[in-house]
Amino acid sequence: MKRLALVAALAILAAAPLWVGGTYYVNVASQILIYAIFALGVNVLAGYAGLVSLGHAGLFGIAAYGGAKLMSAGHGQVVVTVGGLAVTLVAAAFFATLSLRATGLGFVMITVALGQIVWGVAYRWISLTNGDNGISIGGRPRPFGLSLASPAGFYWATFVVFLAAVASMAILVASPFGASVRGTRDQARRMNALGYHVWMIRFLAFLFSGFWSGVAGILYLYYNQFVSPQMVALTASAEVLLMVISGGTATLLGPIVGAGLVVVMKNVASAYIERWNFVLGAIFVAIVVFMPDGLVPGTVRLGRWGLAAWRPRAPSAVPAPGEDDGR
Amino acid sequence: MSLWLVLAVNSITLGGLLFLLSAGFSLIFGLMKIPNLTHGSFFMLGAYLATSLIARGFNFWTAALVGGLLVAALGGIVERLILRRLAGAELAQVLVTLGLSFMIADVCLMVWTGDPIRIDTPAGLRGATSVMGLGFPTYRLAISLIAVIFAAALWALLDRTRLGAMIRAGVDDPAMARVVGIRVSRLFTIVFCLGAWLAGFAGVIGGPILSVYPGLDGEMLPLALVVVILGGTGSLVGSLVGSFVVGFLYNFGQAMFPELAYVVLFLPMLIVLVVRPQGLFGRQTV
Repeated sequence: MKRLALVAALAILAAAPLWVGGTYYVNVASQILIYAIFALGVNVLAGYAGLVSLGHAGLFGIAAYGGAKLMSAGHGQVVVTVGGLAVTLVAAAFFATLSLRATGLGFVMITVALGQIVWGVAYRWISLTNGDNGISIGGRPRPFGLSLASPAGFYWATFVVFLAAVASMAILVASPFGASVRGTRDQARRMNALGYHVWMIRFLAFLFSGFWSGVAGILYLYYNQFVSPQMVALTASAEVLLMVISGGTATLLGPIVGAGLVVVMKNVASAYIERWNFVLGAIFVAIVVFMPDGLVPGTVRLGRWGLAAWRPRAPSAVPAPGEDDGR
Repeated sequence: MSLWLVLAVNSITLGGLLFLLSAGFSLIFGLMKIPNLTHGSFFMLGAYLATSLIARGFNFWTAALVGGLLVAALGGIVERLILRRLAGAELAQVLVTLGLSFMIADVCLMVWTGDPIRIDTPAGLRGATSVMGLGFPTYRLAISLIAVIFAAALWALLDRTRLGAMIRAGVDDPAMARVVGIRVSRLFTIVFCLGAWLAGFAGVIGGPILSVYPGLDGEMLPLALVVVILGGTGSLVGSLVGSFVVGFLYNFGQAMFPELAYVVLFLPMLIVLVVRPQGLFGRQTV
């Protein structure tokens, strides 16, 4: 049942360019996938490791800027992608070394500072980053000779990367390492007493999170063929965190749903509602106040409650069919 | 007047403004343990409200006081109705203040449009004053003076009054303060309103220098954050020193390394965070 639903969902997603109608919506769908990858990356830290970062747009942007610089230096797509990711991993290691000196709000503040430094460099170091004008790149890559110039082509390429991201998350969550990451979130001192290297576990989680943020950054670069300081602003970090939190932290599905929600709101709703940022802020506040564990767990809980009300005498120990806590 | 002197005067002025902004931020952080990410929005909102009040014929100082009061009222509502519901969940509180800052920014954009609005320098403080044979812009001197007066007043409030003693107790050890009968939750409201008032007031006072424009909130908030991290949370002396350090770093950084101005600004903060997480003047709290 569950597997069938999964296959059906994947089929529907894979066929999206065929049914959403119009290149505009295909592009929106690509954006959702890119942000879903980014949000999945942030979720590793914010959800499973319990370390909320407000500086991940910095890593997202470093990948894009790194790729753009390599591309304007005349390198091919392989060098651009690998180089961009390598730069991001180095930056993530640097971020992690500094920010993991603290947890909780201290961690939040250090990541804000790091993110702002990246933003300051992007905005002001004009000889390196071209400042507010950003860097344009010419054209999308052609992996294995396939053109990604069309919206549908780009969507499918992004979809493949997205599947890899989801699979890697699923493997991570199920692995002993994933369990130890959750352990450092819930009981850091006990983990330490049990002989786990808490700092190293968090460091590796940070690198993993940074890697997927970088992948999303590279995809975003190819999608827009343009990078600007907007991409690394504090609002960008806040936006991706909103995706994770609104969908549900420490769930596999949550960040994807959250990315869909935020991107659709931003692109589609802003065509009808002029005050998009107000709506974004209001959703943020409403979700944090009324649905603190996010939409996916919140809906699941609501559904469970509804089921229980519907069938009052159902044995409570047996989970209802098709029930999925989203993990 | 040499370039360096101009920079120094500008740095001191910015330091004074930052002190008004960050003193409240620091107290809120110290007491409630959250960085209030709406603080930049309070600054901007105060300035915008004052432009409307001035346009309706109020004079500058009345507008500054009333603008500040309106922002304080908003701060009180936010604290009572929203932050109070999330007591104990610090992360949720921070995220709510972030969401509110988006909302306030958008409302300001809707009401006051995207064009920068200048606030005229109040009559009587225009032009230059000569001190020791050098001409200084009068209004900038006035801001420095206001900051000094507020610093003294805040110090007196915190150090010499019963309320101040209660606030200090709340900063140091909220649980113990509750045990001895201090209503810490009421202190939260008082300090939040006070901080919002100071921020709104600072926004108006800064108007003639900075003018008001969308994005002002996002520019001031990181500065306040840097001040508080440098100076240590909940410490008035820390805010004062931190404000002037940031004022100088920002102005001199922009003049000397225009491309790396933000690196010059944030790097010291990062070093302090890593080397001395409680801030230069902060104390390790329980």
